[in-house]
Amino acid sequence: MNDNILELRGITKYFPGIKALDGVDLNIRPGEVHALIGENGAGKSTLVKILTGVYTPTEGKIFYKGKSVSFKNALEAQASGITAIHQEASMFSELSVAENIYMGHHLKTGKFPGSLDWRGMRKKTKALLDDLELDIHPDTLIKNLGVAQRHMVEIAKALSIDAQVVIMDEPTSALTLREVEDLYRIVRRLKEEGKAIIFISHKFDEIFEITDYFTVLRDGRYIGEGNVKESTVDDIVKMMVGRSLDQMYPESNAKIGDVILEAEGISQTGFFKDVSFKLHKGEILGFFGLVGAGRTEVMRSIFGIDKLSNGTVSINGKRVHIHNPKDAMDMGLAYVPEDRQNQGVILDMDLSKNITLPQIDNISPGTLIDKKKEKEITNEFGSMMEIKCAGYHVNANTLSGGNQQKVVLAKWLATKPAVLILDEPTKGIDVATKASVHKFVSELAAEGLGVILISSELPEVLGMADRVIVMHEGLITGEFTREEANSENIIRAATGTTDDIGGAA
Amino acid sequence: MENTNTLVDKSRLVDEKTVKARLVTIFTKWEVLLLLIFITMCIVFSILSPYFLDYFNLMNANFTFMEKAIIALPMIFVIMSGDIDISIASIIALCSFAMGAASASGASTPVIVLIGLLVGIAAGAFNGFFITAIGMPAIAVTLATQSVFRGIAKAVLEDQAYTTYPESFGFFGQGYVGDTLIPFELVLFLALAVVMWYILHQSSYGRKVYAIGNSTSAARFSGVPVKRIRFTNFVLNGLFCGIAAVLLTSRIGSTRPNIAEGWDMEIITLVVLGGVSINGGKGNIFGVIISIFLLGYLKFGMGLLNISGKVMIITTGTLLVVAVLLPMILDQIKAGKKITRKAA
Repeated sequence: MNDNILELRGITKYFPGIKALDGVDLNIRPGEVHALIGENGAGKSTLVKILTGVYTPTEGKIFYKGKSVSFKNALEAQASGITAIHQEASMFSELSVAENIYMGHHLKTGKFPGSLDWRGMRKKTKALLDDLELDIHPDTLIKNLGVAQRHMVEIAKALSIDAQVVIMDEPTSALTLREVEDLYRIVRRLKEEGKAIIFISHKFDEIFEITDYFTVLRDGRYIGEGNVKESTVDDIVKMMVGRSLDQMYPESNAKIGDVILEAEGISQTGFFKDVSFKLHKGEILGFFGLVGAGRTEVMRSIFGIDKLSNGTVSINGKRVHIHNPKDAMDMGLAYVPEDRQNQGVILDMDLSKNITLPQIDNISPGTLIDKKKEKEITNEFGSMMEIKCAGYHVNANTLSGGNQQKVVLAKWLATKPAVLILDEPTKGIDVATKASVHKFVSELAAEGLGVILISSELPEVLGMADRVIVMHEGLITGEFTREEANSENIIRAATGTTDDIGGAA
Repeated sequence: MENTNTLVDKSRLVDEKTVKARLVTIFTKWEVLLLLIFITMCIVFSILSPYFLDYFNLMNANFTFMEKAIIALPMIFVIMSGDIDISIASIIALCSFAMGAASASGASTPVIVLIGLLVGIAAGAFNGFFITAIGMPAIAVTLATQSVFRGIAKAVLEDQAYTTYPESFGFFGQGYVGDTLIPFELVLFLALAVVMWYILHQSSYGRKVYAIGNSTSAARFSGVPVKRIRFTNFVLNGLFCGIAAVLLTSRIGSTRPNIAEGWDMEIITLVVLGGVSINGGKGNIFGVIISIFLLGYLKFGMGLLNISGKVMIITTGTLLVVAVLLPMILDQIKAGKKITRKAA
């Protein structure tokens, strides 16, 4: 029974104000690819950091090869054979492949104190790369390699230290289909050699393709495990979110009213051109497009952050001139920006100060901040958004991404806007928070707000929007009602293939 | 709704505070530590020298650092919002030069003071314009104006000096409040400190300064007029330099081109030692006020003991390293405490 190479028992980890892991168990066997599944914020990354010695667990035990161990740092974990290949390859781009592979465990010649055996390292690197059937020269600088090749080099590095447990944290997120195939090939080889592989992924096709066994985490807790072949997608999703998929998008029953925001032929040199659209009260208007299509730039300039070079913007039928975000706020606009950590919240300020910042002048009659009013607003909108926190006095950086996003929403809803612009509001947040954001958005629309929803997630746009505008390279290339919209015509517009017969790509 | 939410949260939250934990929080606060250092220093000096705790001596010692203390107040705002101003000593020189010229052409005391303040405001606005409207880095602009402002005074005065001021002008830097031994400079500083405390910690302006210092872009996206606030900070800094120039010129009774030379770094030291992060966004006015008196009385005490100025410089430098290092260590201790407390 106990053929596990690595076992975790009751791993618990506290961070100030939050319990990141709560009694997690994990059993890793050699020659097996083990999927670690969970939403963002479920605790996967924390668990990986504990396994690789970056964090020490507050409670619980790690058994490696049957012995209880505790790693003081990443080097110790690596030395005993546990290594991780990270989401964003962490390598020295100005150094060569061989130098990177032997970083931290250089071979020495032994002739002089500290003299390094470069010839030996190059030779062994070559052997490792050949072994993986990779056509990379050991002296190539990392910066000259593509993302996929860097991943392969990381794997070679793992092999160079004879790792017994290899952790891959979303290894395919930056790879093309062909490169993914290469990765699978290598994963299968490692498996044959009897290595244990922990494979972290969000993608179900991947999990079913390459992994044998899975463990699900949710909210820092161990939820369950099972054999991949004996499970279905729906089983795993239920474990991940605690309910099934079809509840994900709320019913829209908002009454569509008059035009509240209208843009006519607005342009910004170099970013977007001749963009016109109308937003009605109670409507959710989706903006879909690929990254760099100009959607964010359109909204930024409407909100007064950047300048428009052409065109007009009207609110409630009246032409307006918005020079800065304050003007925009005064006219009832609110903008939840794309980059939550840099533009949305102020990480080192407490939640209450974050929430009241946009309207700090309104609650400061004659310059003095009305602390009572501040508290009222924070309590009202904080509890409305169901922010999970140890109190509104804690800094925003102690919260998970999803809760930070709720703070940003609370802060903008507190300004009582008539138009709410959401730029990728659910990017990088867990399914539960995502669902509650969706619920709030449709409730707000039902109350008569006009909502603009920028999203790069097709299901979200299809599930939420009453109307979808598609942009491609700064131009509007399609507009669809909820009934017309489907993934095929949206993607076609987003990639610029407007011609029905296929046309140019 | 609200209640169920709170209940659900309880299991994942860690928020109980023991008395010991509270004490740790209080005594790892930078202002509290500074205050302890200050008290220790006073005890040591009063043991070593019988003249240290003399009321007359203590009050007179204030004259030596009150002008710097006054400029440290707006400097908190400048540094807090992530900027820096290293032209302050030169602004004093420019203000003092303008006042000297005015006095030489027969201006009355109120006019002289007004000119000093206006020149200070103009110089601050000049800095602020290039930094916010043009978008140049604060360090570059004020490095340039450091030379320009003092250069004007030097070019005109060469090795001359303005030494004639009306008799009534002498009050600002040398006067006492009524019949007491309390210097006017000290009272003015305390009054200004109260005003600046209100602005920084109670008003919406101060909140915006903190927001800018922590994240310029998030502040901008929240409708904070970032440029206007940063500009105002520089103007405020200029105005306070004008006030300091009035006091200093009045106290020494003359204007030489090298007036206040070397004060830039001394004043920035006061602010940083007071716990204001040089990266912006963190700190408060209390720490700076303590650090002002700490360094001021340290200098006075060492003078009483005939310790040379060089030792004084080394001591200040050491304190500054400690000021940067200690909060980092304290943060680690706090983090460690939390973990062991939970594990127990």
